[in-house]
Amino acid sequence: MTQRQVYPEISLVAEGLACGRGGHALAADIAIALAPGQGLLLRGPNGAGKSTLLLTLAGLLPPLAGSIRYAGHDAEAGPALHYCGHRNGVRARLGVAQTLDFWAGLNGRTGLSIAAALEEVGLAGAAGLDAGYLSAGQQRRLALARLLVTRRPLWLLDEPSAALDTAGQALLARLLADHLARNGLAVIATHDAIAVPDLSVLTLGEAA
Amino acid sequence: MNGFSGILRRELRLALAGGGDMLTLVLFFVITGALVPFAVGPDRELLARIAPGIVWIAAFLAMLMGLDRLLRPDREDGTLALYRLADLPLSAILAAKVIVHWLTSALPLILAAPFLALILGMDPQTFWRTLLSLLLGTPALAAFGTFGAAVTVAIRRGGLLAPILIAPLCVPVLIFGVGAISPLGGPDQAGAALLLLAALSLMACALSPFAAAFAIDWGEE
Repeated sequence: MTQRQVYPEISLVAEGLACGRGGHALAADIAIALAPGQGLLLRGPNGAGKSTLLLTLAGLLPPLAGSIRYAGHDAEAGPALHYCGHRNGVRARLGVAQTLDFWAGLNGRTGLSIAAALEEVGLAGAAGLDAGYLSAGQQRRLALARLLVTRRPLWLLDEPSAALDTAGQALLARLLADHLARNGLAVIATHDAIAVPDLSVLTLGEAA
Repeated sequence: MNGFSGILRRELRLALAGGGDMLTLVLFFVITGALVPFAVGPDRELLARIAPGIVWIAAFLAMLMGLDRLLRPDREDGTLALYRLADLPLSAILAAKVIVHWLTSALPLILAAPFLALILGMDPQTFWRTLLSLLLGTPALAAFGTFGAAVTVAIRRGGLLAPILIAPLCVPVLIFGVGAISPLGGPDQAGAALLLLAALSLMACALSPFAAAFAIDWGEE
């Protein structure tokens, strides 16, 4: 780590949140309060609404009830969050470094350089390769590299460890721990164990 | 502006890497136009009279063909969701898409228009006017097309819906597009039609990115 930037202090507060699709509520009465440096694990069976909650927090779906606030976030500074979903947003016929460079240009080059980010996620050797030739795990690594080239304080990760090998899971834990140590926030929906200390847990789908 | 040019570069690279698509488009344009003489018979005068209309219809149909690959692949691989969270506003991203759509599916047609003019036996003066009216009118088609693609992108199998949706919007473009060539008798209103065509293009290009961004935000619900 050459630079040790610290994020502006942002906290995420959601109260009485209900989320769902097409007017049908999947999870209701959710309260989340995350202070800088805190991470939250979303647990729950398939279909409990973990992904929908993440999409709602990202602002990609409107909440059915309740409110979401990003206290301390300056709206003029651009979006405060990174969303990393099931689909990696990786397109064949574009190079690996090209893909990353595109996202850095679109979101602002506020983080690592392209080469450093690829090095960090272990794709340095594949920089010139067509992204369509990457394996599922490598594509996921490329999607994670996108979070590194633009610094945003809140990470919303949906099954980030899917398709990752053991080394990849360790990499994910390292990236997360580093992110939280810089005052970042993270909400992670996963079924796997993630080796990051001091994550709080929210289990969906039990009361319902 | 960095992100804006980045999108242009990315989309052009994708379009050129799949170069077959553009060739198909051009062939479709030329063949559609070339089929008309077979359908209406070898009447030179009639053909000369309807040639501008044939060129415009062929261009209109060819541009509809590219609509489905404008936004749908982005939605399928998750890129569209990330566009909505980008630092660049979604409307700016869609403005870039309008430009790319014009560059990849209208410009090749304009470049191929001389072949079609040759097949239809157009005289040089009509040909130059056709070229000018295509140049001024196709941006409106690209803008309407992007809007149609945005409205239907959330619908599975919505591929055929977009052309149906935007066809009524494109009627004025066709009227003024052919009117600007106008080899017909009567007072010469080609100049006025050309200006209206340009106005239509400017308005469509200015408004469609915002309308398309609204449609995408609303459609994801």
